[in-house]
Formats: sequence, structure tokens, C-alpha cells
Amino acid sequence: MPETIEQRVFKVIAKNQRIPLEKVMIDSSFEDLSIDSIDSINILFDLESEFEIEINDEQARQIPRVREMVEGVILLVNAKEKASHES
Amino acid sequence: MGESGIGPIQQADVSTIRFKNGAEVRGYDPEQYFQPKHLGFMDRFAQFAVIAAREAVKMAGVEWTPELQDSTAIVTGSCIGGRGSDETGYRELFTNNRNRVHPLTIPLSMENAGASHISIEFGIQGPTFTISTACSSASHAIGQAFWMVRSGAASMAITGGSEAPMFYGGLKAWEAMRVVSSDTCRPFSADRSGMILGEGGAMLVLEPLETALARGVQPLAEIVGLGMSSDAFHLIQPKYTGPEKAMRAALRDARLNPEEIGYINAHGTATGANDQMEAQAIHAVFGERAGSLPVSSTKSMHGHTLGAAGAIEAVATVLALRDGVLPPTANYSKPDPDCVLDVIPNVARKLAVEFALSNSFAFGGLNAVLAFRAYRS
Repeated sequence: MPETIEQRVFKVIAKNQRIPLEKVMIDSSFEDLSIDSIDSINILFDLESEFEIEINDEQARQIPRVREMVEGVILLVNAKEKASHES
Repeated sequence: MGESGIGPIQQADVSTIRFKNGAEVRGYDPEQYFQPKHLGFMDRFAQFAVIAAREAVKMAGVEWTPELQDSTAIVTGSCIGGRGSDETGYRELFTNNRNRVHPLTIPLSMENAGASHISIEFGIQGPTFTISTACSSASHAIGQAFWMVRSGAASMAITGGSEAPMFYGGLKAWEAMRVVSSDTCRPFSADRSGMILGEGGAMLVLEPLETALARGVQPLAEIVGLGMSSDAFHLIQPKYTGPEKAMRAALRDARLNPEEIGYINAHGTATGANDQMEAQAIHAVFGERAGSLPVSSTKSMHGHTLGAAGAIEAVATVLALRDGVLPPTANYSKPDPDCVLDVIPNVARKLAVEFALSNSFAFGGLNAVLAFRAYRS
């Protein structure tokens, strides 16, 4: 079974932060994971590479937890796929 | 006053950058200021340093003698120096498949180039150096020059800062930090959306008051204090205790009580992190008065000029003291409950004050605060 977007986001966070994958859960807050503002910018940078998406600053400001990060990536990936079908 | 110099960035192609606006020096023709041959040796940031120094020296009516040239110090601030020239050189290697870069790449890009060109321009042979502490560079530089003149280590100083950050790779790096606004700079406003980059330079001539008066020149203002501190906390997340300590140190150095301060030129970058933290620091130092003490961020008009910011804002503070007009925080629209300050919203205020502070806080948690006094003859 191919990996879900959620699983891939978890992996990016774990790898970027050098923390065990099992620590990253959908309801983890960044505070739980000791992720501060500079860590968050770092993770967004890796997510943009992993999914070939662009996360704007306004979207980036509204991410307090892993859940919003996953949901945001799903939205952007879907939008990208829709755009590529249309073109 | 209150007119913002922020507009579409013209020096670099920003079509692939999320922000489009900056505060650039418009209509600047280098050849009006420098011989074409000399321009080949000067990055834009060094040109700004020399032009500002020429204006300051002229305004101060300095007449050079060999003794004065030997005992004058030059202390400049710059965060990124001539990194734009580095980019030009590296582009040849990485994208144009060239096997060499321009032979002047190193002297163009070094952070001390501004100080060195000022020294050559005026034949100044005293202590000359550059301080690079990110966005506090110029305030650290001016403070250092002030202490040298006050202690007698230098009889005069030319000091300030300059910066030219509008080149593609540098702008991309700021984009990646996610701290630059997509429209404009609204310090302390609830709807603020980040900083706006600016460029330029400003220089001051410092000398003992009695020397200036003996020369028969009219001082613009007195510099009376420097306070410095480090947050010792985080590379980019500021903590109010560092700026609080720096403001207290500046007051101590100037032998002032908080209630004597009539105006603060804030660091006021319009980022979420700075403005709230700076308001907290001002409240910690000034207590109940903090909410009614005039505080403005002129970055709303000239942008964040990084290593030149402390110098441009020192000039704004000095002129505010001289003219009895406090500059506004432009683009202000909505009070932020986390920034309860009298930010002089949008319109300059006619108010004569005697003492003022100018705040600079840098990435890396390095803080420098200058204290100035209005000169009344």
C-alpha cells in the first residue's frame, strides 16, 4: 500500500527534527515536540521539497499542530493534482 | 512626514519571490557621486557609506588637519556588506559556466569596505573598523564610536552604517525566513504582516561638545548613552529581557531615569515576534508610563535596512530632538492588545522632548540601545 500523505508528513517532521517517528502523532502540538518557530520554517521547507508544493506565509502562520500541517499539505497536494489534470 | 518610501522592488527580478515590495533608494545614479573608475571598486553598500559620510562631514564643517586625520576614528556597521557582489561573482561560476570570478569580488564584498573607502576619501588614519551584528550593527558601531570619543581614544569619529540587500539570492533567503510582508510594513498594528527590506546609509560625525562649540558649529544633538546586551536565548526568537537590559544599560550609561525619556525610536520591525516583545520590554523598563510614552517605528517609512537601521534611526531620533517633531509610525491601522504603546500613528507629532532612545535588536539576540539629548544652546 502506498504511503499516505499523513505518513509522509510524519516522516518529514521526524527526519527534520531528528526525533523518533513514533513520537510524531496527528494530535501532537509543536510544543509537545519542542518545535519552535525556526524549526517550523525548516520543516515547511522540507515539506515543500517532499511534495513539490509552495506554502505561502499566510498559510504557514496558521499551523500550531501536526494536524493543521497534514491538512494543509493535503489541500495543497490536491490543488496541485487538480491543476495538473486541468492543464 | 509620514510618507512611506516602500514600493515595488526594481533592482532584482522578484517575479519568483513571494514579496514584491521594498524601500529602495530611487533615482540613484552612482556616476553623479563617483568616478567611473572608482565605481568598479565599490559595491552599492560602500557607495552609500561614502555618500553619507561626505554629507555628514560637510554638514559638520570639518576641516581636516594631519593631527585630526590621525586621531579620527571610523566605525561602520553593516550586516551583509557587499554580498550582492559575491552573488554576481558566483552567478558566473554556477549558472554561466565560467571558470573564474571577477578579481575584485573579495574587496567589493568585505563588510569593512565602507569604512575603508571613507578612510581613503578623507585621509583618515585613526582607528577604523566595522561591526557586524546583524540588525544592531550600526547601533553597536555608533555606540563604540561614542565611547571612543568620550574616553579620549579618538578626538572625532565618523560612524553609522550602510546596506544594500536588494539582490536576488539575498531576497530569496529573506523569503525563506517567512518574515517579510507581502504588502507593507505596519509596526505595532494588529494587522501587521512582517517586515519590509530597505537599503541606504547614514553617518554621524561625533566629537566632544566643547570641541564642536570651539569650532563654532551648531551640534544637532548630544549622544549621551549606549546600552548593550545579549538575550542568550535563541537565534531568531527574541526574548524581552535582553532588550530590557539594553535599555536599562543605556539609561545607566547616560545617568538618566526612565521618566526623563520623552521618545523612543523603536526597533519595530512589524514582525509578530519583535513588536510584541519590544512592547513588553518597554513596559518592563517604563512601567505605568509605557502606555503613554511616544514610541514610533520609522521602519514603516524607510524599511528595515538591516545593518544600517541603527544609523538611519539615530538620524531620525536626532532630527526629532532638534526639530521638536516626533516621526510617526506609518501604515498603522489597528491597535494590538499585545502592543499597548503610544505609537504616534500615521501623523508626525509636534512635541519638544529632551531625551530619546533608539532601539536596535538583532537576530542572534544581540541588542544595542543609544540615548540622545536635544542640544539647547
